Amino acid sequence: MRVGVITFPGSLDDRDALRAVRLAGAEPVALWHDSHDLQDVDALIIPGGFSYGDYLRCGAIAAHSPIMSEVIDAANKGLPVLGICNGFQVLVEAHLLEGGLIRNDHGTFIRRDQKLRVENTGTAWTNQYELGQEITIPLKNGEGGFIADEETLKRLEGDGLVAFRYLDVNPNGSLNDIAGLRNARGNVVGLMPHPEHAVEAGFGPDAERMQSGTDGLAMFVSVLTDTVLSK
Amino acid sequence: MPTVIVEVMPKEVLLDPAGKATARALQRFGDGEITDVRIGKRFEITVNTDVTPELLDHIGELARDVLSNQVIEDVTSIRVAE
Repeated sequence: MRVGVITFPGSLDDRDALRAVRLAGAEPVALWHDSHDLQDVDALIIPGGFSYGDYLRCGAIAAHSPIMSEVIDAANKGLPVLGICNGFQVLVEAHLLEGGLIRNDHGTFIRRDQKLRVENTGTAWTNQYELGQEITIPLKNGEGGFIADEETLKRLEGDGLVAFRYLDVNPNGSLNDIAGLRNARGNVVGLMPHPEHAVEAGFGPDAERMQSGTDGLAMFVSVLTDTVLSK
Repeated sequence: MPTVIVEVMPKEVLLDPAGKATARALQRFGDGEITDVRIGKRFEITVNTDVTPELLDHIGELARDVLSNQVIEDVTSIRVAE
């Protein structure tokens, strides 16, 4: 299985995402924003960072970059796509997921090991979790406040499209504590926290032992064992 | 060459954390007359053609689809610079 990771100018976590793909047992494929070639990957990840300096709005210019026309096509045909942090912002700007992400309500950048609840396991990226499972993965962003109008919010909740919810602390003012979303089909998932930074003991968030947390790995394993979708 | 000015503001119903932080800073000066600040964006778009209704329509589309995100922002003004 080949999983692509797109690098934009200003991407930061593309190498970590490629590494997470390899640790999960798939073949990582580096993709470039200025190409129209998805290199026949079986799934793809839009990584964290500050694409195009986050000029205009976070993720907005990246959402209009050359490779995204292929990404949007492929996603609409069912290709699994995961957006992490800036990648989530790109998916929202590309209208593959709903709502918007604005500056944190407290106005400052935040970095913490964040507890989440897995709210939905019927997706290409969450099927290896238990429903309601509590996981801890790093969060680091300045503009992670999820917003949507009341009607959209009601629909997202009613249709079960919330994938992850913040637990204990709402770190950025996100409505309904929403940390991540899925699309109706379940192939597209986006979240603000970073699963790729919690895939290898010794380099993750603190768990039983210092930095031993690997709760993010199941996200990358999920897409390998994806039974929800067929390509 | 003509310049078209597009202004975009965060939707009024939504929180504008940057505006709120700026309002708090401004409120340290003065006698409490400043009650709120909202921060938007102004784009100055220079073109090498005459400004026609078609061109303004086109810029209007770009303003709606690219320069603003309709989930969180409104295009509040499109006009030709003096």
